Amino acid sequence: MASDKDLLDSSTAWQKINSDWAADKETFGMPWGKLMMWVFLVSDTFIFSVFLIGYMNVRLSITEPWPNTSEVFSLTIAGHHLPLILIAIMTFVLITSSGTMALAVNAAYQRNRALTFKLMLATALLGASFVGMQVFEWTKLIMEGVRPWGNPMGAAQFGSTFFMITGFHGLHVSAGVIYLLVVANRVRRGYYESKGYHIVEIVGLYWHFVDLVWVFIFAFFYLW
Amino acid sequence: MSVNEGQQHPLSMYLKVWILLFVLSTFSYLVDFFQFQGFLRWTLILVFMFLKAGLILSIFMHIAWERSTLVMALGLPTIALMFLITLMMIEGDTTNLSRGVFFSG
Repeated sequence: MASDKDLLDSSTAWQKINSDWAADKETFGMPWGKLMMWVFLVSDTFIFSVFLIGYMNVRLSITEPWPNTSEVFSLTIAGHHLPLILIAIMTFVLITSSGTMALAVNAAYQRNRALTFKLMLATALLGASFVGMQVFEWTKLIMEGVRPWGNPMGAAQFGSTFFMITGFHGLHVSAGVIYLLVVANRVRRGYYESKGYHIVEIVGLYWHFVDLVWVFIFAFFYLW
Repeated sequence: MSVNEGQQHPLSMYLKVWILLFVLSTFSYLVDFFQFQGFLRWTLILVFMFLKAGLILSIFMHIAWERSTLVMALGLPTIALMFLITLMMIEGDTTNLSRGVFFSG
């Protein structure tokens, strides 16, 4: 029956959708865990979208000036005043962790357990350092008087949206670090030798999603 | 070594995308560093943002190789967000206008 499969693969997108939904088989041909992770990520997309849309709404409607994020998140390192530098470093750390995660998925499907474990551990460490930098950032802002109900730099809504959006994202990174460590340890112990290594791809989906959300937060909250 | 297990792609492709993401992030940061303002700023921010998001989704999250059935199931609800964004933009502008009228004195 290989010819049927060839025929399906050469069909158009709509023909594929039609046959996937109409045929007497599972609609989404993938492990259930992967499909459920995608369903969760779509729901998470809505949560983060609602936060960002809420932020857009208050920022459009305020009459006081919005604090200049370029200055608020600047640091002076070795005598140089650098705008937004901490956020830039956090962005690079998160992208690096996304890269090590992609390599971990690759290594897992090649059944290279030791390398998968090391790469997942590196991803978790980079994620933990991201959270560490976020703690530093929060501490700095709280000491400067930024609160969810007001701040000395401008519109009061800055604090509430900042703590809500970055806090929820940081929570996702923290949960991801725990998730990574649990699965990485199981990979090291050989728990998935008989089950297969789809789980690493599923963890990868979650981790890349966290990076994806940061791309939008970086553009809309920090750069805008 | 199993043959038909999950998403398997050459390592070099992941490394290329990784480097590209670094370059795009540097560009986004430079938009702020050089203090580009106005239309140029928003355009550059959005272009770099969508390029990065597209690379992460299509390559790292393997959307490029998934069947259109999954892509459609993920994409259609997400596109519906455009409706909420549009409504909230209109609402935000209206609130801003009425605040301009009533807060001014």
